[in-house]
Amino acid sequence: MLFLIRQIGGFTLRQLLEMGRMFLFLLSAFALAFRPPAKLRLIVYHLKTVGVDSLSVVILSGFFTGMVMGFQGYYSLRKFNAESWLGSAAALGLIRELGPVLSAFMVTGRTGSAMAAELGTMRATEQIDALYSMAINPIKYLVSPRIIASLIAMPLLTAIFDVVGIYGAYLIGVGLLGVSSGSYIAGMESAVIFHDIYSGFLKSLSFGLIITWVCCYKGFHAPPMATGVSQATTESVVLSFVLVLVWDYFLTSIML
Amino acid sequence: MIRVVNLHKSFGNQKVLKGVNLEFVSGKITTIVGTSGCGKTVLLKHLNALLLPDAGEVFVDNMDITKLRQKELYEMRGRFGVLFQGAALLDSMSIFDNVAFPLREKTKTSEADIRKKVDNRLEQVGLEGMGYKFPAELSGGMRKRAGLARALATDPEIVLFDEPTTGLDPILASSIHQLIARTQRTFGFTGVVVSHTIPQVFDISDYVAILANGVIEEVKPAKEFQQSQNPVVQQFIRGETEGPIQVL
Repeated sequence: MLFLIRQIGGFTLRQLLEMGRMFLFLLSAFALAFRPPAKLRLIVYHLKTVGVDSLSVVILSGFFTGMVMGFQGYYSLRKFNAESWLGSAAALGLIRELGPVLSAFMVTGRTGSAMAAELGTMRATEQIDALYSMAINPIKYLVSPRIIASLIAMPLLTAIFDVVGIYGAYLIGVGLLGVSSGSYIAGMESAVIFHDIYSGFLKSLSFGLIITWVCCYKGFHAPPMATGVSQATTESVVLSFVLVLVWDYFLTSIML
Repeated sequence: MIRVVNLHKSFGNQKVLKGVNLEFVSGKITTIVGTSGCGKTVLLKHLNALLLPDAGEVFVDNMDITKLRQKELYEMRGRFGVLFQGAALLDSMSIFDNVAFPLREKTKTSEADIRKKVDNRLEQVGLEGMGYKFPAELSGGMRKRAGLARALATDPEIVLFDEPTTGLDPILASSIHQLIARTQRTFGFTGVVVSHTIPQVFDISDYVAILANGVIEEVKPAKEFQQSQNPVVQQFIRGETEGPIQVL
């Protein structure tokens, strides 16, 4: 019994220690982001890797998600003779929930895993030590620009996901299932208010932070070997997904 | 002058350094030899505080670097150049940009002067005209040369070499050794070399120290070191499995 308590206690302490390290990592990345000289060139470079390079996968997934919403929404609303509300249902679902969450998942898979793998490899090949030895803070150089770039790119990607998704639902609802175009647009206009947009924006912003924070932390502290890099990549993706969903629940419950 | 005093370092239950005491003479090359995994690189990484000791001190010009604040620590590291075992070139940059990197990040040198200096360093290590290549396009020996060019870019007072010839053929290893000796003569830096490439490494060293069983067992001028009757030195030089050095 004593052994079990000791094991649980040890595990809890290790987790608390890890959480503390993660928060300190985030704090120092933030603090260094605002310390001159600004790394504008790196921020622009990472805007490309996080934003532009994720664009195709976000557009594709947004389009198909919207089309699925068109089918499912139509099927559900028809039971209540409310097919004309398809526009508002699709728009609210995408803007408030699916847009931020699914684009966060896409960015995690497309860019977050790459961040963890790249930083993990840099750790394994002593490139991070080399930065330290050249008196360059690797958190400022490697992490802070990625966080700023994600904070800019994530809401934009989510907005694109939303627009493409709404168009996908429109194509299915109006083009295939015969919902009136006017009622689709009018329903959307009347149902979506600024609070919904703001809620989605806030979610995408925080998801961008979570993904970059987790993936950079895991990669930065990866054990310096091949299995360490793969382990860090897997952990970063799984933890990002879980944290995005948990944080989504909290934000939704607060901002409903 | 770098002075290491009673340095202890453990990783988990494994005690790697058990009270290392060693002085590195300014303007000379001191080589630390020892068996693989005996803690040479761990000791080297303490010299510019890439690792911090569990106990003990590391003095650089009478300043204990283990107790420096972050800002002072970064200033102190600016005095060092490091050639890592795998060169540790930033693989997202060309060789030119790698060598220029510390100059661009840590100095206010103009781009024209940086270009001149980088070209000069690349020429000194025999890589003239190769600046446009990326690390993945270079052989192991060329990567080490590029790493050396980067380590020397900021004219450091102290240069640390972590196993500079590991994994290279004897001819290439010899050329890297000659390169280290030549650049040391040119720039006059204090060199610390970690290696187990004997006897070749003796030719470029002013002093040789042997790390065994977590402590420095012997430090002597290179020529005297080879004649040492210390059983640890003899076992290492002869490559014997039986003796005072504990082998796995």
